[in-house]
Amino acid sequence: MSDDHQLRVSKIKSGTVIDHVVGGQALNVLAILGIDGKEGEEVSVGINVPSDRLARKDIVKVEGRELSQDEVDVLSLIAPDATINIVRDYDVVEKHRVDSPDVVEDVLSCPNPDCITAAGEPVTSRFEVLEDGVRCSYCGTIVRESIADLIDT
Amino acid sequence: MRHDHLITSKQLSRADVETVLDRAAEIDADPSAVADRHAGSLLGLLFFEPSTRTKMSFEAAMKRLGGDVVDMGSVESSSVKKGETLADTVRVIEGYADALVLRHPKQGAATMASEFVDVPLLNAGDGAGHHPTQTLLDLYTIRENAGLEDLTVGIMGDLKYGRTVHSLAHALTNFDARQHFVSPESLRLPREVVYDLHQAGNGAGIREHESLEEVLPSLDVLYVTRIQRERFPDENEYQKVAGEYQIDLETLEAADDDLTVMHPLPRVDEIAPEIDDTEYAAYFEQAHNGVPVRMALLDLLLSNGGETDE
Repeated sequence: MSDDHQLRVSKIKSGTVIDHVVGGQALNVLAILGIDGKEGEEVSVGINVPSDRLARKDIVKVEGRELSQDEVDVLSLIAPDATINIVRDYDVVEKHRVDSPDVVEDVLSCPNPDCITAAGEPVTSRFEVLEDGVRCSYCGTIVRESIADLIDT
Repeated sequence: MRHDHLITSKQLSRADVETVLDRAAEIDADPSAVADRHAGSLLGLLFFEPSTRTKMSFEAAMKRLGGDVVDMGSVESSSVKKGETLADTVRVIEGYADALVLRHPKQGAATMASEFVDVPLLNAGDGAGHHPTQTLLDLYTIRENAGLEDLTVGIMGDLKYGRTVHSLAHALTNFDARQHFVSPESLRLPREVVYDLHQAGNGAGIREHESLEEVLPSLDVLYVTRIQRERFPDENEYQKVAGEYQIDLETLEAADDDLTVMHPLPRVDEIAPEIDDTEYAAYFEQAHNGVPVRMALLDLLLSNGGETDE
């Protein structure tokens, strides 16, 4: 971590730091991960902080929770350049990138009003991840832009 | 063929299609040979939207195989009216039948329903999505009239919402057919279907047009679909557009003498009645083919869970 955001967002003792998130997407990162603070997690968020790599970036720190690769891979939909740092006793013990998953479930809502997933059925949304977008596994609708707008909150 | 369910034509390989069509041809030649083949079997019909041809031909097919049907009836007279979900409805009715046929107004309904049942489920139309059993009878009709090799097909009308079009277009990629899509700008193929056609490696064989004139002479098959009034904001606009995608004998003067004209029916005025008695017309034969093709499909699914000898 560089000094610039340490000044703005305090270090965590143990947990996960999601860095290099596209500016403005931090709250969507939390929404995708289903982190809303109701579980009592200590969460710090930096939005549009200066970054050498991205000019402006967001950063999310979750205290006391180590997110698995499967949990964070879904972030590739909105933050493909995000880096994941697992912190223990103030040291970064693991650092990795997000990988694009084949499928994301229960994260996005299909924008097609005629899709069966929008009809009150007991069905979990499922999208195949394409090279340049996502595709509803039920109605086949392809979304390439504004995927963050589909996040099921 | 090895499928528990038939949801989209994307599932079907060329070999799958040929297995069904070959079986349909055998049955067509000698229906009496299979008259008792599925005695005691029951087919569950779940039609959440109106249907004449598809529903009746499935019923006829099952009965001609010696089986019978149990029919949910209209939505108005069923538990759906009380707010039952589709997921619950199919789970209940699978207990009454050996296979299910589902038509539903929502896209993806058959995919979802298939996740809740163990018996084979056949998609008989899911909104603007897919209609794979129609595709099989379309392919059977094409094979009988024009053959499936070195084929040039024109598909005209409502390509955006026409589920028979979406299913047929994909199935034709198995046969390297050249496909010309003719429609008004507002009713062009959905980008999802175009994406699938390209993914199937058939991108080079696809052309989109706004006028039939430029492609008609090259066609072996012209597949016409109905442009629905409700797709247009006002009557004048509908009349103007629909009129450009109607054919009559004068239109067909530019066509090859061997052209086969097809239509999934019902038609309104896309094909002038004067064509009905010409050599071009194959649409009533096409509708009749629904029975042997659905007999073949049901026979394959009910005989061995969709597995053929390999």
